[in-house]
Amino acid sequence: MDTGKKTIVVFSGDLDRLMAAFIIAVGAAAMGNEVTMFFTFWGLNALRKTDPPRVRKDFMARMFGWMMPRGAARAKLSKLNMGGMGTAMMKSVMRNKNVQSVDELIDQAKDLGVRLIACTMSMDVMGIQQAELIAGVELGGVASYLGSADEANVNLFI
Amino acid sequence: MADTQIDCKGLQCPGPIVTTFKTMKDMQPGDVLTITVTDRGFLKDIEAWCRKTGNKLLSLDEGDIITAQIQKG
Repeated sequence: MDTGKKTIVVFSGDLDRLMAAFIIAVGAAAMGNEVTMFFTFWGLNALRKTDPPRVRKDFMARMFGWMMPRGAARAKLSKLNMGGMGTAMMKSVMRNKNVQSVDELIDQAKDLGVRLIACTMSMDVMGIQQAELIAGVELGGVASYLGSADEANVNLFI
Repeated sequence: MADTQIDCKGLQCPGPIVTTFKTMKDMQPGDVLTITVTDRGFLKDIEAWCRKTGNKLLSLDEGDIITAQIQKG
């Protein structure tokens, strides 16, 4: 088996970009690669639970949490969103064509051993706590990303 | 030698590759997997997959339904 490693920085929380990131991650894992994905800024929203437990937060954190999408299922297209209509149309077409949803791809990625690491600074800034993230997500900082990227032969920023 | 067949018709990328990977994991070296797929990208994908994972592509039939035979290396 090939032991090449891949790292992906998921900066964007856009539906289309998340699709690309997870399809590459799942594909690489299926090629026998070790894959590590780092979620920072808007990308972090993809790892949020749709129905998070109540946690203590200050006003700003609560506002941020309320304004940003909870989970990949609520992500919007980067283009042609048209107030959500474009995203709904795209999702319907993808379902009809049997394309996996981002949530399904996340489950598959975890199943194949892809490591999901949430950036702690982004979590702090956006007021997102670990209890609000889906199970199986690790926490880390820039050094853990650079450590993995150093050993990888492909490194993407999406 | 055990032969295994899987049906990935209708699955979109990366479904067929993921299914191939998972199925092959439980097979023994020398075993042959026959897989049927409708995703056209699979034609190139399976060649790359076999090359990178050290498995042997025995045959690749490019009909409307693509059939590939892979031997576990």
